Amino acid sequence: MALLQISEPGMSTKPHEHRLAAGIDLGTTNSLVATVRSGSPVTLTDEEGRYLLPSVVRYLSDGGAVVGFEARQAAAEDPLNTIASIKRLMGRGREDVKTLAGRLPYHFVDTEAKVPRIHTAAGDLTAMQISADILRVLKQRAEESLGGDLTGVVITVPAYFDDAQRQATKDAATLAGLNVFRLLNEPTAAAVAYGLDQGGEGIIAVYDLGGGTFDISLLRLNKGVFEVLSTGGDSALGGDDFDHAVAEWMIEQLGITDTSDPKLMRRILNAAHEAKLALTDHEETMVSVELENGVSRELIISRSQMNELIDPLISKTIMACRRALRDAGVATEDVLDVVMVGGSTRVPRVRERIGEFFGKPPLVDIDPDQVVAIGAAIQADILAGNKPDEEMLLLDVIPLSLGIETMGGLVEKIIPRNTTIPVARAQEFTTFKDGQTAMSIHVIQGEREVVDECRSLARFALRDIPPLVAGAARIRVTFQVDADGLLNVEAREETTGASASVEVKPSYGLTDSEIEHMLKDSMAHARDDMQARALREQQVEAERVIEAIEAALRTDGAELLNEQEMAHIESARDALRQARQGDDMEAIKQAIKAVEVASEEYVARRMNKSVQSMMAGHKVEEFE
Amino acid sequence: MRLRRELYGLAASMSVDLDFSKSYFELFGLPESFEIDTAQLAERYRTLQATLHPDRFASASDQERRLSVQGASWINEAYETLKVPLSRARYLLTLKGVDFNADKDTASDPAFLMQQIELREQLEEVDTQPDPFSALDQISRAIRERNLELQEQFAGAYAADELETARQAVLKMQFFNRLFDELRRKEEKLEETLM
Repeated sequence: MALLQISEPGMSTKPHEHRLAAGIDLGTTNSLVATVRSGSPVTLTDEEGRYLLPSVVRYLSDGGAVVGFEARQAAAEDPLNTIASIKRLMGRGREDVKTLAGRLPYHFVDTEAKVPRIHTAAGDLTAMQISADILRVLKQRAEESLGGDLTGVVITVPAYFDDAQRQATKDAATLAGLNVFRLLNEPTAAAVAYGLDQGGEGIIAVYDLGGGTFDISLLRLNKGVFEVLSTGGDSALGGDDFDHAVAEWMIEQLGITDTSDPKLMRRILNAAHEAKLALTDHEETMVSVELENGVSRELIISRSQMNELIDPLISKTIMACRRALRDAGVATEDVLDVVMVGGSTRVPRVRERIGEFFGKPPLVDIDPDQVVAIGAAIQADILAGNKPDEEMLLLDVIPLSLGIETMGGLVEKIIPRNTTIPVARAQEFTTFKDGQTAMSIHVIQGEREVVDECRSLARFALRDIPPLVAGAARIRVTFQVDADGLLNVEAREETTGASASVEVKPSYGLTDSEIEHMLKDSMAHARDDMQARALREQQVEAERVIEAIEAALRTDGAELLNEQEMAHIESARDALRQARQGDDMEAIKQAIKAVEVASEEYVARRMNKSVQSMMAGHKVEEFE
Repeated sequence: MRLRRELYGLAASMSVDLDFSKSYFELFGLPESFEIDTAQLAERYRTLQATLHPDRFASASDQERRLSVQGASWINEAYETLKVPLSRARYLLTLKGVDFNADKDTASDPAFLMQQIELREQLEEVDTQPDPFSALDQISRAIRERNLELQEQFAGAYAADELETARQAVLKMQFFNRLFDELRRKEEKLEETLM
């Protein structure tokens, strides 16, 4: 672990096994998995040598699922059971679906549930479950390719993803049996992939236009530190929208008035997609569409025609770029390089207009489809602990302002957008009735001043507030955004020091019990060696905890602990060693927790000491 | 959601924290003054984050991860506060025990208030100008100039230990800050209508 290395560079500990880690790009159109092998990041391929996995899942009536190219091929003939672009629905609620549903020809189950479900031959599923099915395939690909179990992964998300979308992504990973080291923003991942190649210092802009989302990020690179200055974008704008624009034009040109047949719509969309791809290399292309009556019609579309159709969409992205520049406090002249990410940046018109806007031709050296997964793999390798001397550091930001609802439906901003994470801000509240023991806080994300124009994140119910006279209670609520960009809330009543319990009611997510239920379900359908595997994982974890605490004690146990404290920790460690020999998974888990509790004070002392010695190092320099 | 709950559950049972008693200046090893070496501040910030950032603890124990999020947040807060002149000035005063009470704070200088009203009016009229963006630029420049003047005022008052004068300068800078936020919002709205 990194902390050990910093404390005692010369000290030899048991050599770490190389931990298997991977980076996953869970894209709207395509997904990829990559890893660092023999020091180089590579994307992993299927048996046919393809590194892309189309983010398409086809559900069969026997409950099975087919993922990838095979599923995509079936999309036209089985549109209701073949789900594509599911990323667009992650973290979205019932209301959002109404706006998006027109574009997605699926059968949404009309229930009162907050989280929409799609009806398929294999059951009613949430976006999260469908994404988990894609992740499972990538997990398997990685583990087969690497010949072992993954310790953890880094999964990328659009920088502009809000809390609900991020949480849904993490939940999907949990459901797929993946341990997530970090959710990484896609543009930052791209910068990591590029940054190491270029080795430069300066400000770079990452223009990431994927299938369903657009992100613009401005980063400053300086000696291995990637500092995000600002980020912006649109989580509902991407290459798919180019397809739709072309498809709508085609519908008009073909004189089609009845748009109710999902198979026909899917065929037209496919044709539009093909046209878009062809126009990258040709000035003109012809597509053929099979109409309802079996007759095929041909259409010719020119590049300039398509440019006209997609220009308004590109303009939207430029507007987001302007805002990001302003937020960062830089002008286009200050930007050293523009990096293009995402398959849709292959469209010549996009490169032309963005080059124009920034005043320089954009960089396209690294395959725009692979660059994000590569960056994620690089970071996963580091977070797994495989590179203890690595200097690289990613300092990312929260993309949307976080606020709370106040009187009159207004928003009070607690944490403004583009604040570096992790970050914690506290706000004090008080009660307005005598003896009030509960309180509700509504947290919003967005830039507007009115609640209705922002996005509801969750309602936090604070309970167990000690009953006091109205206005006497001082409830300090701490909003903590972690390195994944996820919000945690803690509350404490200051005059009595009592912690209030916080219950989270997400606006667009599943409750804890719903997720646990899903997990249990997936376990039940799995093979027996899932159990054995879970036990093995705990045993490995136990070994790691023992190794770590022993190394720490060797380093500074005598210095930071008295005899009694040391004995206490050692006895917890011995108990864990004992438990590890057996095969009672719960017992091992409890024993691990016991070691952590026993050493919590010690850990805090070590971290404080680390900070002190960092500062002491500087003070010495000053006198030289 | 599960993870969130689990993390919270652990936080509730483990109450040991890092030592946050240092002032931000001490944390970065810088002298407690308004003038600051921003390059040194940035470098020390990077070094500190290299030690405590959660990415350094992705494979560590839950306890260490929790502490690292706390520590890294604290360092970020400290950096943000010292990086920007207004927040740095305000922080310096709070270190000297000066109070900033939102309810009672008003800048009392009538000339200043007049200036505020004028600028606000100009801001509102921007829509009717032939070139709204350049009108916004002008107001923006005016605000920036006034801010620089106020910073100098603050520096002088603080050095001479005239805390109330220093406090007034900070309050005025806060006014301009809010005005600048409004200007930014206006700029954004204008751009959107143009699209």
